[in-house]
Amino acid sequence: MDYFTPTRLQDALTALGSGAPSIIAGGTDWYPVQGEKSIRCDMLDITRIEGLRCISRDAQGLRIGAASTWTDIIKADLPPAFKGLKTAAREVGSVQIQNAGTIAGNLCNASPAADGVPPLLTLNAQVELESSNGIRVLPLSDFITGVRQIARKADELVTAILIPDLSETRRSSFVKLGARKYLVISIAMVAVTCEVTDGVLSDVHIAVGSCSPVAQRLTGLEAALEGLRVSDVETVIAKADLSRLSPIDDVRGSGEYRFDVVASLIKRVLEEAAHE
Amino acid sequence: MNKSSQIEFTLNGRAVQSTSARQTRLSVVLREELGAKDVKIGCNAGDCGACTVLIDGAPVCACLTSNAQAAGRNVQTLQGVAPDILADLQKSFTAHQAAQCGICTPAMIVSAAALLAENPKPNSEQVQDALGGVLCRCTGYRKIIHAVVAVGENQSVIAAKGSVGDPIARLDALPKVDGTELFGDDVAPVGALVALVIRSPFPRAAFEFGDLDSVRAIEGIEAVLTAQDVPGVNLFGTIPGFIDQPMFSETETRFKGEAVAAIIGDADVISSYDITDFAINWTELPSVQDVSEAQNSNVAQIHEGHDNNVMCGGFVAHSDIDAGLADADIVLSAEFETSFVEHAYIEPEAGFAEMVDGRVHLHVCTQAPVMNQEALAGLLALENNDIRIVPTAVGGGFGSKLDLTVHPYLALGAMVTGRPVRMAYSRVESMATSTKRHPGRITIKGGVRKDGRLTGLRFDGDFNTGAYASWGPTVANRVPLHASGPYSIPNYRAQSKGIYTNCPPAGAFRGFGVPQSAIAQETLFDELAAAIGMDALDFRMLNALDNGVATVSGQVFEQGVGVKACLEALREAWVAEQLECRTFNDIEGHLKRGVGLAAGWYGCGNTSMANPSTIKCGLRSDGTLVLHQGAVDIGQGSNTVITQIFAQAFGVRPDQVSIVGPDTDITPDAGKTSASRQTFVTGNAAKLSAESLRRQVLELVNAAEDAEIILGNTVITLSGGHSIDLARMDTGADGYVMRAVASYDPPTAPLDENGQGVPYAQFGYAAHLAVVEVDTQLGTIKPLRFVAAHDVGQAINPLLVEGQVQGGVAQGLGMALMEEFIPGRTENLHDYLIPTIGDVPPIETLIIEEPDAHGPYGAKGLGEHALIPTAPAILNAVHFATGVRLRHVPALPHRVRAALKEAGYA
Repeated sequence: MDYFTPTRLQDALTALGSGAPSIIAGGTDWYPVQGEKSIRCDMLDITRIEGLRCISRDAQGLRIGAASTWTDIIKADLPPAFKGLKTAAREVGSVQIQNAGTIAGNLCNASPAADGVPPLLTLNAQVELESSNGIRVLPLSDFITGVRQIARKADELVTAILIPDLSETRRSSFVKLGARKYLVISIAMVAVTCEVTDGVLSDVHIAVGSCSPVAQRLTGLEAALEGLRVSDVETVIAKADLSRLSPIDDVRGSGEYRFDVVASLIKRVLEEAAHE
Repeated sequence: MNKSSQIEFTLNGRAVQSTSARQTRLSVVLREELGAKDVKIGCNAGDCGACTVLIDGAPVCACLTSNAQAAGRNVQTLQGVAPDILADLQKSFTAHQAAQCGICTPAMIVSAAALLAENPKPNSEQVQDALGGVLCRCTGYRKIIHAVVAVGENQSVIAAKGSVGDPIARLDALPKVDGTELFGDDVAPVGALVALVIRSPFPRAAFEFGDLDSVRAIEGIEAVLTAQDVPGVNLFGTIPGFIDQPMFSETETRFKGEAVAAIIGDADVISSYDITDFAINWTELPSVQDVSEAQNSNVAQIHEGHDNNVMCGGFVAHSDIDAGLADADIVLSAEFETSFVEHAYIEPEAGFAEMVDGRVHLHVCTQAPVMNQEALAGLLALENNDIRIVPTAVGGGFGSKLDLTVHPYLALGAMVTGRPVRMAYSRVESMATSTKRHPGRITIKGGVRKDGRLTGLRFDGDFNTGAYASWGPTVANRVPLHASGPYSIPNYRAQSKGIYTNCPPAGAFRGFGVPQSAIAQETLFDELAAAIGMDALDFRMLNALDNGVATVSGQVFEQGVGVKACLEALREAWVAEQLECRTFNDIEGHLKRGVGLAAGWYGCGNTSMANPSTIKCGLRSDGTLVLHQGAVDIGQGSNTVITQIFAQAFGVRPDQVSIVGPDTDITPDAGKTSASRQTFVTGNAAKLSAESLRRQVLELVNAAEDAEIILGNTVITLSGGHSIDLARMDTGADGYVMRAVASYDPPTAPLDENGQGVPYAQFGYAAHLAVVEVDTQLGTIKPLRFVAAHDVGQAINPLLVEGQVQGGVAQGLGMALMEEFIPGRTENLHDYLIPTIGDVPPIETLIIEEPDAHGPYGAKGLGEHALIPTAPAILNAVHFATGVRLRHVPALPHRVRAALKEAGYA
């Protein structure tokens, strides 16, 4: 196969059925791990497949084609529920990374610190996979199964991220904690979407990244926040059950620290979303 | 399948074809196949942005882009950016000193051009967002921000002729802003062989080679080199008595990344070679990486003759420290810990070597060509004259490019194969094997009387020098001489030790251990001032050195001690910021602001050791005035500053001086670019050399001493009606009708066993003020403002002074807040963090000029001084904000938060 740049999806799927190439789009996660040796492996480049770089809306919701870049997300006209996702997009690496890197690639790379995962979890995002045998759709939480592990079968291609239709009133926010301003891998991240009516929260979604092998929704806390006034969330957050998180010690921070700051981050993000 | 043999795209407006593999990184295609050397490679991981190009107008990292992805696209490097925007940016970058070493400049300009195409009048924040993906290690970014913002504004041009004191643009700016500057990896001839070094995968390991002949038999591999192939003594280093590092380890490696062999071969063979195929068997051995553990007798002894792994020590004492501390009303002590710091220049080590007429010519990025020549001569059993070193442009150095890196592999490779050999370290290889700043484990104890007078200071520091000495002995010697800070200490005892461990060698890094000791000393002084209820600035002023007051080594300067002037210059900001911070902190919340001070000093030139510089100059018959400028410009500006001094002394403008060198064949030894010595030492040599040549000119026609010299085509005209017809004079073999050579060596004297004596002919002085905002819930520290006062004696070029200061502050900020090299774990630029363009706040530079008797026109050195006070000023500001003392740098958020919680913060 060498290096294949199909323009038709069907050709890409056929190629996947007969080989196991590295699939690349922006290459922003793929090239850094290749080291210094010259690269000779089989590659499937999806960036020129017709229709794959496209953000569109229909009755079912929003469809982010798999070749859509972070910059495409930033520039897209999206409702307030996507403000958190846009914030995350602006904080991915740098402009250079945002211009090349794709949000679908971010999911497929399945880093615990993937910037796209927490906001997409709070949007109930789904991942569309296609092979010559057909299409299947998985909830994002089922798609990423572990550190650098995803549920994609060898003959499948991620073709889109699907976000079910959301109310125009849904609000969102995102925060990434790192040790410098740009080009930084997060120590912890929190994304929130929620409805706020007369200062009262409902249908709150909260996801935390970089604090477990895969970013997690905090469903217990979400339920506890239902019907609360925004001004009253602090004690509930302080008592939240964070046992789904299992942060580790690494060069960016200690596990203890991550546990410690998550509550502060949640409170801030929630307040920011609510006060928009 | 749409495979075709060629990739076609538009590069800088012209159609090009690439026959490289479609998977190949576009950065490699652009540089190696299409000759676009204005694209720089710093990391191959998207972490530094140096390879930024525009694809259909959008900035991307060429190292993360496949060749195939360029097909049919419009690719622009710096040289293809829209001409009007490019010209504006080049003019502005030059006028603002936004390019220092220049390695990041093409990427900065390309990124800025993309921004300006969309937004012709960006503000600072928009510039930061647009340039956030490009790292710079020299400038501190502020001048880059100003340069881009200024493109959208009316630019004022500095009209100055370049006299000493004039803020002229650097004379070598043009190649840096037009992409033609050639760095270490830009100069190898097409078809050069490539060297690949085989390195230890363990901190300590024994090894046995397998069948190396089987490697040699691979087609395209020309040589496999090991210790057996080293013709001379298989050891190199920098300090006599501590030459302890082998070019190739012989039986046992002492750090992860140590070289054991090198393969020399055709570029395509080397780039496809899998080093795990190399015929070698490794056996990991127990290692020691902590300085305290290393001093136990039951751990590995890393070098013979160095019991308990003590490499060497330094000691300075006077009067009676015990009596001094007993005399104090308050005695405080504290312990501090600092980390390995990586130089993180954006240009990895690179160069090429070739044999020319039986001699080795080495083109390499280096700070110390003559020292390199001498070290190579020992390894290769050659005379110095058998080796020619031609420094390329250097993409940042900061101390680490003093040592041999790629040099011996290139030189021996060329000698053995007879063909040109090139090599560029990968980022990981660079970070794993280059020298680092020494981590310090410091105990400090100081006493003060209620009236604010210091009574004594005791300092003990262990410094992790890694597996080999490098400049460790210099750190051990300098630290006790500087650990007092620029203060009068009545009773003093300071001791340092360099400890061998199985870590990468720690060596020279801007400040040689003094930034570490300053953290301990300046923090302790803040605590002592607070303990007696005295203002931190008043306390420092009261105890600061002055003319006629002895330093801790008993040296008395009758003039030129400018630390009080530096401190006093901060008073206005100090008073205002305390008020502002207190007002801010009155509001309940998790954000707290603080302001902190610190002072610093640094002795310019080698410690009690000769370190002469020699400058040669000549006049050609056509009237060209030539300066043989051997002081390597690694971005700091010696090409400009030395020329300004030279021109002033000769009596012409800098733009009338033609510079040659550095090149060991044509420039006399101007010493190393290190120890803040070039402006001072080489500047003096340039002044003497110019004065000598000027005298010859004047004497020819018996002109008055103050005669004006006008250089013309083949004729010199002098005021007073004289003229000299150069064309009628005899031209020597060197091409000159007149010439001069002059040397300068700073007057110093040896130190006695208590470190008393005359270690330096001059010190430079500094004081910094930092304002920070601490998020007490997250433990993050955000610097908001710096004011940096520097006594430089005489600013030869204030614009370049600002550049040095701002770059130093940024490195001090990094050391304080984020930089921690952990061997084997942070050998890349995404796990090892240096400040980005969004992390450095505005920096005001206050230039203090307290002339020095020895400096050229009164000038003092500056390079190292710029970062010494920064980290302690930040830590003191954090204390102002929170009441918490941080004693472990970098103050990463988890460390800060832990300290805040311990102090009771929720």
